[in-house]
Amino acid sequence: MVSLFTRRAAGSIAIAGAIAFCIDAPAPAQAQSSVKIGYAVSRTGPNAGGAAVTTIPNYELWVKEVNAAGGLKLGDKRVPIEVVQYDDRSSAEEAARALERLINQDKVDFILPPWGTGLNLAVGPILHRAGYPHIAGTAVTDRAPELAKRWPNSFWLLGTSAGAAESLVELLVKLRGEGKIGDSVAMTSIADGFGIDLSSAARPALTKAKFKLVYDKSYPIGTQDLAPIINEIKGLNPDVYISFSYPPDTLAITEQSRIAGFNPKIFYTGVGTAFPLYKQRFGANAEGVMGIGGWDGDSPAIKTYLAKHKEANGGKEPDRWASAVTYAGLQMLQQAIERVGKIDRAAVIKELQSGSFDTVIGPVKLVNNLPTQYWWVGQWQNGEFYGIGPASNHGAKAAVVPKPAWKAQ
Amino acid sequence: MTNAILTGLMLGGMYALVAMGLTLQYGVARIMNLSYGEFLVAAAFAAHWLFTAWALSPFVGLAFVIPVSFGVSYAIYRILLTPLVRRAPNRDALEVDSILATFGLMFVVQGILLTVFGGAYYSYSFLAVPITVLGETLALNRMVALALAVIAGSALYLALTRTRIGTAIRAVAVDPSSARLVAIDVTQMSALAFALGGAMVAAAGVLVSMFLTFSATTGVVFTMKALIVVVMGGIGNLLGCLIAGLALGLSEALVATYVDPGLTLAVNYALFLGVLLIKPAGLFGRAQR
Amino acid sequence: MIGAPVAIPLALAAVAGLAAVPFVVDAYYLALAISLLQFTVLSTAWGLFSGPTRYISLATAAFFGIGAYTVAVLGELLPWPLVLAIAGIIGVLTAAVVGFSTLRLSGVYFVIFTFGLAELIRQLVVWYEVNKSRVLGRYVFADITQTDIYWQLLALAVVTFVIGWAIARSRLGFALRIIGEDETVAQHCGINTTVAKVALFTVSATIMTIAGAIMAPRWTYIEPSIAFNAMISFQVVIMALLGGAHRLWGPVLGAIPMTLLFEFLSARFPSTFTIIMGVVFLLIVYALPRGVIGLLQRLANRPTKRSEAIS
Repeated sequence: MVSLFTRRAAGSIAIAGAIAFCIDAPAPAQAQSSVKIGYAVSRTGPNAGGAAVTTIPNYELWVKEVNAAGGLKLGDKRVPIEVVQYDDRSSAEEAARALERLINQDKVDFILPPWGTGLNLAVGPILHRAGYPHIAGTAVTDRAPELAKRWPNSFWLLGTSAGAAESLVELLVKLRGEGKIGDSVAMTSIADGFGIDLSSAARPALTKAKFKLVYDKSYPIGTQDLAPIINEIKGLNPDVYISFSYPPDTLAITEQSRIAGFNPKIFYTGVGTAFPLYKQRFGANAEGVMGIGGWDGDSPAIKTYLAKHKEANGGKEPDRWASAVTYAGLQMLQQAIERVGKIDRAAVIKELQSGSFDTVIGPVKLVNNLPTQYWWVGQWQNGEFYGIGPASNHGAKAAVVPKPAWKAQ
Repeated sequence: MTNAILTGLMLGGMYALVAMGLTLQYGVARIMNLSYGEFLVAAAFAAHWLFTAWALSPFVGLAFVIPVSFGVSYAIYRILLTPLVRRAPNRDALEVDSILATFGLMFVVQGILLTVFGGAYYSYSFLAVPITVLGETLALNRMVALALAVIAGSALYLALTRTRIGTAIRAVAVDPSSARLVAIDVTQMSALAFALGGAMVAAAGVLVSMFLTFSATTGVVFTMKALIVVVMGGIGNLLGCLIAGLALGLSEALVATYVDPGLTLAVNYALFLGVLLIKPAGLFGRAQR
Repeated sequence: MIGAPVAIPLALAAVAGLAAVPFVVDAYYLALAISLLQFTVLSTAWGLFSGPTRYISLATAAFFGIGAYTVAVLGELLPWPLVLAIAGIIGVLTAAVVGFSTLRLSGVYFVIFTFGLAELIRQLVVWYEVNKSRVLGRYVFADITQTDIYWQLLALAVVTFVIGWAIARSRLGFALRIIGEDETVAQHCGINTTVAKVALFTVSATIMTIAGAIMAPRWTYIEPSIAFNAMISFQVVIMALLGGAHRLWGPVLGAIPMTLLFEFLSARFPSTFTIIMGVVFLLIVYALPRGVIGLLQRLANRPTKRSEAIS
């Protein structure tokens, strides 16, 4: 029968294809004519938006830069980087499989991690089992210290959500002490791991610091109209508005607040505030908006990094939070490999654990696999998203309060 | 309360606008088009490009996007979907087949968008001006979207009820074999309806791009919303589509204001399921068996 | 077909062979084998219900997610076998509720309903987590290796096939065959069609739930968006339909080539995977010449009962 034949044909083709890719498996690399670096990032799926800004441009910039200088310095020769990459399609299962493929089939020397908390956690055990260094630059997890202990090969550069919330509250306390704001705070969060973690950490911190939480709700991912929420909050007239949001809703909340004329003294939105897209979309209205992230925008290292990033990525700017951290992680990896002088993953891991590194975000020496300094609060000032908190960070600027009123666009 | 209701109406208007094309495609051509949202996003990208690269307002963009998508949808129906139509033994089989085929189409369109635009978020601001209505401040672009939804819906309704072609299309929606008996070219009418649906979703895409952030992968969200509105309103029924859209929008806004914003989408689905359980063919639908 | 005395030892040998796989392959192939088993279980379970009743269900993601999420919540609190059992029970209850309320819907409405079901459950889980437990992402650090997962899936696959075989030979199976032919006739024969359909739906859904629970430890961190992934529903449908949902062994014949194909495309064409997969889907749909229902009817060698193009 035709249909049965077609099914058999389809089946045979698929099996033939499977055999073909088994036979076609690449031969193991010869004595270091290139360093094979593999990664699986989310080019498609819900994570693609974040990966497209933070991870992919940095990985490509780094490889381009290293190879332009001849490659990684192993001993006294320079060996170019060869990249093997896959698309994890924003799925934990795909990411896990892609990494197994990189480790067992492609036999890469080093692996760069995927984007986001969920995927980094999904591949954590795999990288640990196979002994690869795991430098996670886009994962925010409260269990970072525990993970670092469980997987000593893993390095969690972006910190914990408790850190984010507490730094923010610290800043608010300081500003209240200076008489710039009152006690009333409205808080919204996206109903996703990130938003919930941050609001769960912020809530007790705010209460302990004697702030009044006049509005405290979360909304589902995919909410397309935040007007009811913003309108209600406006009516409560809080001094501080905090929104632990993702890029689509960060933009929507800002837009809606502008339209409704909602001008709290402090306006803080979550992921996406630090994206160049935010500045492009709102222009002068971005002035004074606070958000998660930030960097030392005046430092020469950052300025050079910004220029290089734009040049290598067709004018695209990095985001002002995890981009620089991701790139710093790559620099650390490079320095560790070059110090060890050969492809010895265990030695590289040791070096990452104990060494001091010179990166775009300043000197970095990890303690228990975690950094000692994070940028948690930034603010758009004069067209740049400067880090303002923790205030003790090197290069932290003073906060500008109150936020200037929204202008017509 | 006024605020919640007005916001709800605008949101509902947007849902109805987005869903109108699908009710045509499904109600008449019997194609359960899972790639529907991708066409909306493609139109949004087109509007974005026209706005940022050529400084053309989305309203001007409509003039380009609508005919192009009409043509593309017509071609898709003729080339891709007609073989399915021809071989389906009955309408149920066609529906199921079209689900699977348009699922494949969804991947193809999404893949093309990803290749061209990447996975990044796109957004632009147009007509995001506050205007005061009944003492409440609303966004002008959303109001315009609602107004255009009403205009488009009315125009469509008039076209379907007062013109010959419109009546022919409705005849095909009711009973294709009988329609054939009165010399209506069913294939042609179905293709027309499908193309018209494609034009409508492109218009919706251009309009919502004024105030929503989108990326190559956000198409599925729109497809699901449209499906819910269409099925809840009764397949092929424009009025049902409008009412269902408004109901969903209002419920979302009211729940967000008075209950908990976290339950908005759950209430949406619950409403949808509830309607189906009470009236299995949708609010205004006709029982199919 | 092969007679029982030959089939059973053959089957046992096959199972034993499969069980030895983790000892001979590396981690990548083991991961691939896990994937193959996962889709075998899911598509066969899907076929258990959708084959005889001709209802296309897109609820796979909902039940798979329930299983995974149960592990996420209870995985660190209770012993593993108990967690699996609880996941199964939750699956049964949910399936029964869903089944009784929705099996009155016909054709496409059922499809769309099940499509929305995964989303609804996800939204409810999220809301509950956000407002009651205040924790959304859960960490699963169960001491379970890849090999354990593989063996559990293998056991579940065997159980699924045994259940399918048992149902086919039972009164329930007989009733379902009549229902599949013509539901009105079945009702006239005194068969309680609703109970039969719900029973089958429940069995199918529970297997999917347990499969989800078994797979959960692979991902370490589980959020509702990770557990409830709608893609899986569509993948399972297309695999089962490719293989032929009307026979117990049909879906496997679709699941294995499709999984291998996805893997091949992921590895070889990472940047154009989406487009190519879409084209492949389209090819498969067109290669089933008489349409899905037509194919089911034709290969089942039964005359077409439903009237044709009229209405």
